[in-house]
Amino acid sequence: MREAHAAHEAHAALQHQFDTLEQQKEASTLGMWIFLVTEIMFFGGLFCAYLIHRRQAYEGFAEASFALDVGLGAFNTAVLIGSSLTMALAVWAAQVGRRKACFGLLLVTIALGSVFLGVKVIEYSHKFHEHHVPGPHFHWEGTYPEAAEVFYSLYFAMTGLHALHMVAGIGVLAALLWPAWKGRYSAAYHNPVELTGLYWHFVDIVWIFLFPLLYLIGRHH
Amino acid sequence: MSLHVVPRRVYYWIFTALMLGTALTVAAAFVDLSAATGVPGLNDVVMLAIAVAKAVLVVLFFMHVKYSGRLTALTVLSGVLFLVILLTITLSDYLTRGVL
Repeated sequence: MREAHAAHEAHAALQHQFDTLEQQKEASTLGMWIFLVTEIMFFGGLFCAYLIHRRQAYEGFAEASFALDVGLGAFNTAVLIGSSLTMALAVWAAQVGRRKACFGLLLVTIALGSVFLGVKVIEYSHKFHEHHVPGPHFHWEGTYPEAAEVFYSLYFAMTGLHALHMVAGIGVLAALLWPAWKGRYSAAYHNPVELTGLYWHFVDIVWIFLFPLLYLIGRHH
Repeated sequence: MSLHVVPRRVYYWIFTALMLGTALTVAAAFVDLSAATGVPGLNDVVMLAIAVAKAVLVVLFFMHVKYSGRLTALTVLSGVLFLVILLTITLSDYLTRGVL
């Protein structure tokens, strides 16, 4: 009890239900991972739908995928991997107590995330102009219009949900900026940066699977 | 479990590996691997294998699972395992329709 009390005095970030900052970090990391497991299931359902429809309309999916811009998709993949690097470095900066580096790296991560979303806006607007958005105005010039509409339904559902996660991630990163600037994160306490990093990397992993499955399946035909 | 500060060069190496993986997967997508080798669906296998390898690197190093406790690793593995179970059960239905 005495040690616990002493620890309370030692760090303002230690919440009363935990004995030590270490225990608090372990508990919050585990909690974040449990949340990410539910996210795996959430996206997993969409990937399952993709697998089933792709199998039923293999050629049609390849034809529909060919109409996506590989250059923009590959560029966005690189941007997102770059943002994962700056996120990982932001966690490092928090751990070694480099206040300005942590703030700057969080800012760069936000910027790269915004570039990703900006490219997504360009891609979506192309799709609207080309009438490749599923619905009453959907129009397909190729051989498999029905399969193409299913493909683009999945494309918008999966990339849309992914983009929504990016928006949420940018919001959380923005909330870290002020405490990072004030130097609230240190070797002893940097849970918010670490956990936001876990979330950001998870969203990166989802894109690592979305990019080949949506952009690359029709290239070799 | 004390604090483990991962050296920065690890992050740079993982970043390089992820970028190379991306370049490789784009390059492989433009070659008809099935026509070249006679193995059906080889393009899909290669692209998914690269994606899984990239995801494993991100989980182990960027997400610190390599340096975390067993409980974290178990949580991650159980999540992936259940995804595989659910996909297998669902696809075992769809892939076998019309077989009998």
